[in-house]
Amino acid sequence: MSMLVALLAQLLHIGLMLAVAPLAVGLIRKVKARLLGRIGPPILQPWRDLARLARKQPVLAENASWVFSGAPAVTFAATLAAAALVPSFALGMTAAPLADLLVIAGLLGVARCALGLAGMDVGTAFGGIGSSREMMFAVFAEPALLLVIFTLSLLAGSTNLDAVAGALHDGALGLRVSLGLSLIAMLAIAIAENGRIPVDNPATHLELTMVHEAMVLEYSGRHLALIEAAAMLKLLVWLGLIGTIFVPFAIAPAGAPTTAWGLGLLGWAAKMLALLLALAAFETSIAKMRVFRVPEFLGIAVLFALLAVVFLFVSQGFA
Amino acid sequence: MMGGHLAFGTFSYDAAHLLGGGVLVLSFVLLYQRRLTAVINTYALQSVVLAAAAAWQAWVQDAPHLYLTAGITLAAKGIAIPLGMHRIVRQLQVNRSLESALGIFPSMAMGVGLVTLSILVVLPVTPQAQTLTREELALALSVVLMGLLMMITRRTAMTQVLGFMSLENGLILAAVSVAGMPLVVELSVAVLVLLAFAVFGVFFFRIRDRFDSLHLDNLDRVGGIHR
Repeated sequence: MSMLVALLAQLLHIGLMLAVAPLAVGLIRKVKARLLGRIGPPILQPWRDLARLARKQPVLAENASWVFSGAPAVTFAATLAAAALVPSFALGMTAAPLADLLVIAGLLGVARCALGLAGMDVGTAFGGIGSSREMMFAVFAEPALLLVIFTLSLLAGSTNLDAVAGALHDGALGLRVSLGLSLIAMLAIAIAENGRIPVDNPATHLELTMVHEAMVLEYSGRHLALIEAAAMLKLLVWLGLIGTIFVPFAIAPAGAPTTAWGLGLLGWAAKMLALLLALAAFETSIAKMRVFRVPEFLGIAVLFALLAVVFLFVSQGFA
Repeated sequence: MMGGHLAFGTFSYDAAHLLGGGVLVLSFVLLYQRRLTAVINTYALQSVVLAAAAAWQAWVQDAPHLYLTAGITLAAKGIAIPLGMHRIVRQLQVNRSLESALGIFPSMAMGVGLVTLSILVVLPVTPQAQTLTREELALALSVVLMGLLMMITRRTAMTQVLGFMSLENGLILAAVSVAGMPLVVELSVAVLVLLAFAVFGVFFFRIRDRFDSLHLDNLDRVGGIHR
């Protein structure tokens, strides 16, 4: 019976992630437009864009290989798998034993790698620039993420996301300087990974400084729909990771009855809403940084993550 | 696990530790900033967090004189000195963008090295002290060393003074986290800093009159160092 409940939670979670991801992006665009004094497109607009793109036939370059046409599916599948592993409203879903933080980092890495290869496949200059920049950022973002994971696993005694969330949920660990430093590092990584404003501008399509959009410039039709959907899902995955790890309240614990899901859903919605509004306000108030300053920004995320590890050794009585 | 009435997981311990950590993080932010006004504002924020840390310690240790320390820190270093600094920046019309002798990333990496160093130094020499005291001492020593690092890497008079003031924030952090530090010590440090700020203010104007800039490379000439 409990297996069925876990499976139900898992399916509900995946459906929720798929349904909400475009709405989250729509909400950010709406709030940003309102903050700038414009009315902005309706929140449902990203869904409409996706539906329209999915109906269109993709246009392929003459020299596009199977890498180019296969990459969108790989990217979307890897991101969806990661999304399935990051809990939203309930712990102890069917996939929970697989939800290792390293696995999630790896899945996101696979998605990025597929897109990076696809960006270079056709041989246009823009795609190549986008891919090389994306990889340059990843070189800094991934070590920072691994250090954060190291800190969390030292604290919780496991790299499993459900175990980490459970340990933090119980509150036995209390407030820790290490957790604060990890949170700073994690926010910086999340901004860079999702190409949000100080690092990359998600709203431009033709600019010399764009990164993600440059990489996927050659895509059209249903391929583009898959890539856009993957990018939206990725944003939700990162917000979910931050919410689950650093704000571990109001999530239904493993084995809780289905009646606890309601509170979990409400809590999750509140967390996501707060994070999305904060992101929109942050993006409106800050200017994009120069591309060659981004490694410095991410290097600092690495340093903060390293500092978190150092402090953890202190508070565990290392001398 | 160490002894002491403040143990891990208790809220008063965690909050004190978190505030100390906040002061240290703001030391890193000081190193990261590229604009003079931003450095001054970060310094003000660091002082405010320090005042909060002092007030929290006053409540935890039940030591009313620490409230006075918190008040002085907030009024002098959180409000008065930053306002004075902004005024000097406006009056002297100094160049508002800063350069770092080392580059931002290497100096931050050195900062992490210094934090590790201070932890390695403080922990072995204080095995009998309470856990809270040990860690706060490690944090405070890190803030002091970061202040010194800022004085080394930044090449204008204003930022060197801010580095000195941030170093002094580290001293106050150490003073408030050690139970039983007499008020006289804290008061004299606070007065010293205010005096130092006044003297530095005069020096800014003198250096400016002399060289038309606050860049300290000019002073090397006077000191007889020829490169």
